[in-house]
Amino acid sequence: MTTLLEARHVTKLFSSGLLDRHATVALEDFSLVIDSERPSITAVVGESGSGKTTLARLLLGLVAPTRGEVLYQGQDLQNMSHTTWRAFRRDVQVIFQDPYEVYNPFYRVDHVLTTPVAKFKLASSKAAARALIAEVLQAVGLRPEETLGRFPHQLSGGQRQRVMVARALLLRPRLIVADEPVSMVDASLRATILGALRTMHLERGISLVYITHDLATAYQISDNIVVLYRGSVVEAGDVELVVKQPHHPYTQLLMSSIPLASAERTWTTDSGTSTMGLQAAESAGCKFADRCLRATSPCLQAAPPLFHTDRYRAVSCYLYQSAPALAVTEMGKAFTGPAKLSHGDGM
Amino acid sequence: MTLDVLRVHDLLVYYDTPAGAVTAVNHISFGLKAGERLGLAGESGSGKSTLALSILRLLKPPGRIAAGEVWLDGVNLMTLSEEDMRQVRLARIALIPQGSMNSLNPVMRIKEQLADALQDHGVRLSKRDVAERVRDLLQWVGLRPEVADMFPHELSGGMKQRACIAIAISLRPQVIIADEPTSALDVVVQKQVMETLARLQKDLQAAVILVGHDMGLMAQFVDRLGVMYAGQLVEVSPVRDIFTQPLHPYTQMLIASLPSLEQKGTFRGIPGLPPPLRTLPPGCVFHPRCPHAVERCQTEAPLFREVRPHAWAACHLL
Repeated sequence: MTTLLEARHVTKLFSSGLLDRHATVALEDFSLVIDSERPSITAVVGESGSGKTTLARLLLGLVAPTRGEVLYQGQDLQNMSHTTWRAFRRDVQVIFQDPYEVYNPFYRVDHVLTTPVAKFKLASSKAAARALIAEVLQAVGLRPEETLGRFPHQLSGGQRQRVMVARALLLRPRLIVADEPVSMVDASLRATILGALRTMHLERGISLVYITHDLATAYQISDNIVVLYRGSVVEAGDVELVVKQPHHPYTQLLMSSIPLASAERTWTTDSGTSTMGLQAAESAGCKFADRCLRATSPCLQAAPPLFHTDRYRAVSCYLYQSAPALAVTEMGKAFTGPAKLSHGDGM
Repeated sequence: MTLDVLRVHDLLVYYDTPAGAVTAVNHISFGLKAGERLGLAGESGSGKSTLALSILRLLKPPGRIAAGEVWLDGVNLMTLSEEDMRQVRLARIALIPQGSMNSLNPVMRIKEQLADALQDHGVRLSKRDVAERVRDLLQWVGLRPEVADMFPHELSGGMKQRACIAIAISLRPQVIIADEPTSALDVVVQKQVMETLARLQKDLQAAVILVGHDMGLMAQFVDRLGVMYAGQLVEVSPVRDIFTQPLHPYTQMLIASLPSLEQKGTFRGIPGLPPPLRTLPPGCVFHPRCPHAVERCQTEAPLFREVRPHAWAACHLL
């Protein structure tokens, strides 16, 4: 097995000022392997402050890890030759959360599409470039004639984001890191965009790291899921298992909080957690302990390792300590293979 | 039979642009019963926020209310003077705005913002009574008394949203309009905030209009749901019916586009795009995207009528 991109024991701390002793742990001891031969869709799910955007920035080499390393085809992103860096920039594409700040307001939106075509010589003529751009715009549900020639402020947030998805598709990368790509897009178009990403995966073998707070779209698009809570993995594995029968108390809380779009009222009147707002002090133990209804004293002593509870699932919680522990770099052992993909869906 | 506490009749709202007027709210009528929770759902550009702001007469230019009536307890709000309307707002009909982060004054303590709202509406209290009232309001929305002395930046998103709710309910309004009140919050916090809103609404016996795009939130919170498309109300039905037997083709396709947590591969986008409001198609506004459209749909706008008991829709095929 060859790896396209690998995060190995990655920790990222943010501190404000030189003498700040209270560094914020954005991501802690995180490992993930993206195989180059077996394309996969991995969802990374977490709420704000879970470190999911930091993870995206680390995977893209936009920030350097405090500890650990991110490797592209075995080479450290922080220490890579110009040629490798250029290959990385084409192989690994990104779709960011906020579709506004990625645009230069003085340029028409065409700019973000024509620049990569020129830089990476994707088309042999002007006509071919236009055809290529029109094709990717249509793939994300935009009419080229209504999109090209406009300035960013003339498009809605959803339209701007779809142009960014189109841009990523344009380069035919091997991996797309998508950080909340549809959180600013309407429901009826969300399916179109996610469908386009999934089609790219199935037809062109592009892997996807889908970072989101939305478990429903994560469930729909991914094979494996990683649930983050305040910078640590709490549960990972086959998306069917994790979503249908969540094991970690945090995953369970998250699942029960989702407002389901169905005739059944699943929201009860009391959510069971009383902790509001202010974050608890950092402790050596499990980060969820202060909100967990099932926490016991070991939870406060040391952070639990990943326990391999099922063939395709690992849970970082002492409730499952009878299961064998996994090293963080072995999280992939709890992932299902791409063979389990169901292809005949209607997205 | 409960009477309507709020009645919107034939409301028409334009946005004036250099290229001419754009119809954002297109002849909308509906009623809101006392103590009821009504949802207004729609995609971006469907006019739901414009409708909410128009009811409160908070729409800013280039927005313009061209015609229509909004009756609150026997008074047509559209005929009130600016000052009278200002007094009705908050006291009788209050707004919980979208994005609480931006609606609180960053340089005022929470207690000052609450006291400000009270004083502006003629509540004359001693300093001590104000402090007590502020404490009660904060407790009511689930905030600790210390929050009174804090500035907005010291609060989390959920706490700020609760502070906004405290302001909105401070004068015990009959109608609360909540415009995407939790769109910036995490799901766990969202659920807690919505539970708080539900509890307050019961205490106050107020009616709530929840404006938003999250159909899940609508399913879990409202009694009745109005679905908007291109500035029009295409369906208003009991929320259970919307999810089990939606009437309008747009509602049906919108429901089908929602990702389920039950079964994979069960959601499907709606082909095409909403029409530009500047050049609405003739006939039914949804006909260019409607799989069931017939010739009549292209020429004649369907009437909004009661198709089943309590279920209203605008479609020729029903």
